[in-house]
Amino acid sequence: MKAINWIAWITLTLALAVYFGFLLFKAEDKSPLLIGEASHGHFQIELACSSCHLDAFGGGEVIQNACVDCHGDDLEMAHDSHPRKKFTDPRNADLLEVIDARQCISCHTEHQQEQTRAMGVTVPDDYCYHCHQDIGDNRESHKDLPFESCASAGCHNYHDNRALYEDFLVEHADAPWLNAVAALAQPSSASYHASALAKKASPAAEQWQSVSIAKQQQHPQIVAEWLASSHQLQGVDCIGCHVSSDAWVEKPGLDQCQTCHQGETATYLEGKHGMRLAVGLDAMMPKQSQMDFHPNASDQAQGCNSCHSSHSFDTQKAAFESCLSCHADEHSLAYSESPHGQLTQRALNGEQPWKEAVTCATCHMPRLLEKQHGSTSKGKPSMDFGSSINEALLAKLSASGEDVRVGVMHNQNLNLRPNEKMIRPVCMSCHSLEFSIDALADENLIKNNFSGKPEQHIESIDWATKRAMQ
Amino acid sequence: MKKRVMTAAIAALTLGMTGCGEPESKGIDPKIYTDSLFAVMKADRTNYTKLVVKRLGPAGADVIKPAEHWKDLDNGTLLPAQMFRAGAEAVAEMTDDFTYSLQSIWPINSQNAPKTPMEKEGLEYIGANPGENFYGEETLGDTTYFTAVYPDVAVSDACTVCHNEHKDSPKTDFQLGEIMGGVVIRVPL
Repeated sequence: MKAINWIAWITLTLALAVYFGFLLFKAEDKSPLLIGEASHGHFQIELACSSCHLDAFGGGEVIQNACVDCHGDDLEMAHDSHPRKKFTDPRNADLLEVIDARQCISCHTEHQQEQTRAMGVTVPDDYCYHCHQDIGDNRESHKDLPFESCASAGCHNYHDNRALYEDFLVEHADAPWLNAVAALAQPSSASYHASALAKKASPAAEQWQSVSIAKQQQHPQIVAEWLASSHQLQGVDCIGCHVSSDAWVEKPGLDQCQTCHQGETATYLEGKHGMRLAVGLDAMMPKQSQMDFHPNASDQAQGCNSCHSSHSFDTQKAAFESCLSCHADEHSLAYSESPHGQLTQRALNGEQPWKEAVTCATCHMPRLLEKQHGSTSKGKPSMDFGSSINEALLAKLSASGEDVRVGVMHNQNLNLRPNEKMIRPVCMSCHSLEFSIDALADENLIKNNFSGKPEQHIESIDWATKRAMQ
Repeated sequence: MKKRVMTAAIAALTLGMTGCGEPESKGIDPKIYTDSLFAVMKADRTNYTKLVVKRLGPAGADVIKPAEHWKDLDNGTLLPAQMFRAGAEAVAEMTDDFTYSLQSIWPINSQNAPKTPMEKEGLEYIGANPGENFYGEETLGDTTYFTAVYPDVAVSDACTVCHNEHKDSPKTDFQLGEIMGGVVIRVPL
């Protein structure tokens, strides 16, 4: 009897070891290993375990390094108000016993879906209390304010306060809610990289000319689409996209696009559309998301060509039609009838220039300055997310002799977490700071795609100006 | 009896072995260590304030703009206190062997007020005893530190004017040469 028990125990142990070993090292589907559903920011890559669990050995630093690897540059650009380095001084030892602010996961614990709230925060909303409990003593305006309202009422953020700090509020007070519609600056980053590429063009490319000509003869419709495209204007021909590493690529994808569109592809891979590709998983499909999409778009695998139809690369279409062909949430469905949607319609009707249309991309994929010499820790061009670049600013910078390049931010999630990140690079191109703060704090207004005025007023500018006058 | 003999033998052997190998490293006196660190900090802080901010800022050639939110300004540069803290944060990313911070009983940012009992004692001591430093030991978390507090003196009117005019400054009558706060240096023991 004893021997049978031993044999059964050893067999069971071995079976479990083989099962989990297979899951860990061989299985494509690692879902049985999940200890809980990942947050809305990470669920797409939750089965690429090693994207966060960089090493099987090591403590919290392993996870911390993974957090910084993906989010470090963004936090740097956001002028992070609470960087890790602010908490490493031993004088904060007592505070760290309450919340260890040196580790991202202290506030953003993963696989805890039931306690995860906006921005992936998993600590109670009154977390500011632990360090700023005396704020009511120093600021009359803050007396008796509930601590759970600090970061939820449109006043403060833990990391990004570029549009919310006191001096900025005072500087931009008393502005009309709407200025003239800003004209979008024409992107120029890709053509810069394309010209750099042309200088290094391989002589071997010549051999593909005959293949290219034969293909053109077979596909006159494609040639017609290309002739009307920005690629044609920039001199990017069939070989430019279809030949890679001295081989003909029938269906060019991200690998080819990123040759010229470096900033765009790098940021695309950081957003929800591309983050699965970035970690080696299959392309994202709407059906994998918890958001609302049109049923017929459920299986639409996301890649460059899913928004930028190949050969025509119609950026007007990509700027809103492509988005609305998948997204069917309240905000998206309200776009066409909204003031922004109407501006786009007028531009489509030829009643105003296209550069004054306000599309989905205008807000969610803003045009930004690509720094000439700067690059992020990952070596990609550094996009200045503090200020958007419009036509007037571009002209001013160019006149001063600066070699400015304009890129398009393709991480459409970057300025949504939290949405006050959108104020400076996007909203303030046309609207006042006060209107922008109020509008972004009004959930109903967001749902109806800003059809109307904010129903509530955030008093931060009033309080800041009052204090400045004292 | 046998057990006692064995214990005594092991004890003697252990004692004997402590004298073996490399001679015990004497190390640097923590006070000399922190005094030396402070000398470098003070020199850099004074030079940045006088040779950069004062000379090139609004009171001088007016080609740089020292400001709290310097990243948002063309030609913006760090205020002297921010420059000092940026150094402390950069050091913290390089080593755990020491940390330092700039504090004051009259801070513009309340997070820079003394917090631990020793910080409070040290800042009060240097305020009451001009020209003297303060040294002590304190335990924070599970580590004991040698803590030194040095006076931070107003070396330029760039310091006094800014603090006296700032809306969040609890003290508005700082004079040149006056102690405005203290530099706290900690070395884990």
